[in-house]
Amino acid sequence: MRTLITLVVLIVAVFAAVFAGTKWSDATWTPKLALDLEGGTQLILAPKTEDNSSVSSETIQQAIEVIRQRVDSSGVAEAEITSQGGSNIVVALPGKPSEATLDLVRTSAQMEFRPVLTYADPTPTATDDATADPSATADPSAGATVSPDDTATAEPTDGATAENSSASTEAVFQNAVATSGDTVVRNASATDDPSAEPSAEATTGTDTTGPESPSDIDYYVTEDVLARFNALDCTDPDNLTGGETSDPDAALVTCDPTGTIKYILGPVEITGDHISNASSGIGVNSQGVSTGQWVVNLEFDGTGTDEFTTVTTRLQSLTSPQNQFAIVLDGLVISAPSLSSGTIISDGKAEISGSFNRETATTLANQLKFGALPISFEVQSQEQISATLGSEQLEKGLIAGLIGLLLVVIYSLFQYRALGFVTVLSLAIAAVLTYGVITLLSWTQGYRLSLPGVAGLIVAIGITADSFIVYFERIRDELREGRTLVAAVDRGWERARRTIIASDAVNFLAAVVLYFLAVGSVRGFAFTLGLTTLLDLLIVFVFTHPVMLLIAKTKFFGSGHRLSGLDPRRLGATGGTRYVGRGRVATGRRDEPDGDSGLTTENPLLATTVAGGTIAERRAAARAAAASTPPDDQPQDGSTPAERTEGND
Amino acid sequence: MAVNFAQWGNDLYTGRRSYDIVGRRKWWFLAAGILVLLAAILLVKPGLQLGIEFRGGSEFTVSNVSTSDQQLATDAVAEVAPDEVPRVTSVGSSSIRVQTSELTNDQVEQVRTALEDAYGVSEDDVASSYIGPTWGQDVSKKAGTSLVVFLVLLAIVMTIYFRNWRMAAAAIIALFHDIAVTVGVYALIGWEVTPATVIGFLTILGYSVYDTVVVFDKVRENTVAVTEQSRSTYEERANLAVNQTLVRSINTSVVALLPVAAILFIGAFVLGAGTLRDIALALFVGMFVGAFSSVFLATPLEVAFRLREKGIKAHTAKVLAARTSAVTELAADGTTVVAADAVRMTGQTRPGSHQGTSAQPRRKGR
Repeated sequence: MRTLITLVVLIVAVFAAVFAGTKWSDATWTPKLALDLEGGTQLILAPKTEDNSSVSSETIQQAIEVIRQRVDSSGVAEAEITSQGGSNIVVALPGKPSEATLDLVRTSAQMEFRPVLTYADPTPTATDDATADPSATADPSAGATVSPDDTATAEPTDGATAENSSASTEAVFQNAVATSGDTVVRNASATDDPSAEPSAEATTGTDTTGPESPSDIDYYVTEDVLARFNALDCTDPDNLTGGETSDPDAALVTCDPTGTIKYILGPVEITGDHISNASSGIGVNSQGVSTGQWVVNLEFDGTGTDEFTTVTTRLQSLTSPQNQFAIVLDGLVISAPSLSSGTIISDGKAEISGSFNRETATTLANQLKFGALPISFEVQSQEQISATLGSEQLEKGLIAGLIGLLLVVIYSLFQYRALGFVTVLSLAIAAVLTYGVITLLSWTQGYRLSLPGVAGLIVAIGITADSFIVYFERIRDELREGRTLVAAVDRGWERARRTIIASDAVNFLAAVVLYFLAVGSVRGFAFTLGLTTLLDLLIVFVFTHPVMLLIAKTKFFGSGHRLSGLDPRRLGATGGTRYVGRGRVATGRRDEPDGDSGLTTENPLLATTVAGGTIAERRAAARAAAASTPPDDQPQDGSTPAERTEGND
Repeated sequence: MAVNFAQWGNDLYTGRRSYDIVGRRKWWFLAAGILVLLAAILLVKPGLQLGIEFRGGSEFTVSNVSTSDQQLATDAVAEVAPDEVPRVTSVGSSSIRVQTSELTNDQVEQVRTALEDAYGVSEDDVASSYIGPTWGQDVSKKAGTSLVVFLVLLAIVMTIYFRNWRMAAAAIIALFHDIAVTVGVYALIGWEVTPATVIGFLTILGYSVYDTVVVFDKVRENTVAVTEQSRSTYEERANLAVNQTLVRSINTSVVALLPVAAILFIGAFVLGAGTLRDIALALFVGMFVGAFSSVFLATPLEVAFRLREKGIKAHTAKVLAARTSAVTELAADGTTVVAADAVRMTGQTRPGSHQGTSAQPRRKGR
């Protein structure tokens, strides 16, 4: 009884969640539909090459693969991605995708790590001494302690604070508060001294001809670079689109995405393909307390870790601003943390914090995780497209499903009599729950129902009904053994439960593997399969079994009414008479002359017997053997009179 | 009939009626082998007709249309290539996108003209280009990898659960058989393979194993301590299990096939080519074959494997020898000794039952 209440609570909870969603968020009462049924948005991406050179088909394939992984990572919406005319990529997303989803598709996410050579106010400057004098900077560590961002940047592992560049920039430029440039570098092996005092002295250039290191200002900041730097206007939105490909070995002049600082950066030291994993989450400070700020965590692979160690070691010896390194995404600096002295990062783990929200952090993490697009693309067109399948397909599909369901109902009533109602009721509850969960998931997870998905759900009727059939057959088996219904339900459940769990586990295994390893529509299918399997288990455990327990106590079922489907006589329970406890014996139909019931074998058989056989068995065996003429290979349809032996043992 | 069916189920359960399914395994193996071979031949010729989603094709974009009637485009394509099932989509408010499988240059020109006429637009408004597959190599590759991973995990899980790798092996062989036959039938019918079809095949994968596990669980239950008794052999116990689950297998298959049959019927006869028809055909064939293979292929295979096991082999020999001697001993004339081989036990021992007070001797004079 209690489990039944659990079930009711569960159903109410699911629908209450959906209701709350419709009330306060953008949930709907119907599941969202996929591309084939609802249509969506089509983006045509054209490759952006500097010299209009043609793009190889491998590059396009690679880009398609990356885009597909990114889209898949955003939920279970099935997107269609294809190439068109050899060079364009057509991406069709169901419904009206959010900006974050579109960003997943559009941005190439080429990430690189470059040392900061210098930075300045975003507006063009006339002076040729572009290296903004960091001596003007108020003590960055002081700024850091004041800045509210800074709590987020506390070093979680050993308290070595990575200096916060936005804090320092904040001190220099009044308008720099909004930059996303604050970063924590998470570091397990940082050694000492949490608060570094960056020297007030600025650039200490050296007079060598070759680059001494990637941080060598005199080598990299040429006249030309300086001129571009001075001319750059980061307040102009045109300069904030990013996406330009740049020479990895030369200095880069660029902005941060909000247009508040401009930078001159050294050559690329680590490229984004050395990132082995990326995830988003809420950052924690050194005390392990959540800061409530969204961050992106990076992990480097072997090479990346080594390179990162080298970089941080070198930056140690430098002073501000050269002790900062910039994280450049698609040509824009998304973060430029500085290192506190003594901090050498050798475990290859970094954390980017900044002006992220849940969506942007997830988007960036997904972009980084699945790698950069091999080339940049520009959106050529973005248009609404209609469904590829007419609405009649869905309609007819649902009608077919209903017909199928009706047939199932008729069949199970026919087979199981009143017990069939338990099946029907269970299926109805499964349907209601499935609908609720799918609606809920299409709101929270972006799940979308495609026509194959609908077909999958209809097919799930069969798999769900099988659990009941297995269970009912086991109960009947126990009744045949002569048990009372209550006992039969108990024992039958014990055995059926094992079978149901084992077989559903196999289905669930298939679903999980396909969901995590496959892409595209296979993934959508796996999701549906896993969902229905879980719901099947749930229904059997919290509905069908408790209901069976309840009805086993009713007179109608318990006494085996003819229409209950659990009539022991119809099931041929042994003999008619059985001990029913308390010294009483129930008499019923006795089905056949006694010598006949019991262990039987089919053809001229010898039942059993062997050493352990009873005399009666041996006699029967002998009789059978004598009667057996041909050693038999005809169909045993029972039409041939089979000898039976008594099976007492 | 229901009464008879219940009676029949009862007979199967007790062993009063028994089908020697495991004993005739050679025939089932032969039949399965032939089916798989046929499927293999069908796969080579005529082979599967891969849809546009797998091969890519031609795309026509008709701009500046005044009507968004998609039927016009379907008809236009049908004029040129009658077998073609184009995917027509309206893009934005004034264009129509038509995708077909790859056409020859001639056909492309013809379709262009037909579309111009159908929508009454100028030549410049119809653009055609080649589109790549939406279900590209990478999707297939990933699906393939995940399949392999699934099979490996499945083998491990089943081996652990049944404590015997032979059950896992038999289940996986049966699985391959199901998939092969389903794909073969699909090739025979010659409908286009679409992602929906592939999803149908994948469902079969899950369903086939699921069905097999249910039957095997009964086999496991029946043979739990088979070597500790000497009445019946492993083979006989397994056969009893198959007979006992036969009613369940039939009921399950009917219940699972009814909705699929409904979709197939509606899909094939009412809607014509499309997702529903494709997925329903794959499912219908696959579930049918899957139900059969779990009874007629998986269990006999499992028994064949188990009989090679040392302990089981010795036990079988012991039981059969004892049985033969019992027969010969009792049938003193010896005429039936030859028949001893054919003798098989089909039932299980059943306890005697209380006969009721009426069976007690009456006390007289009372």
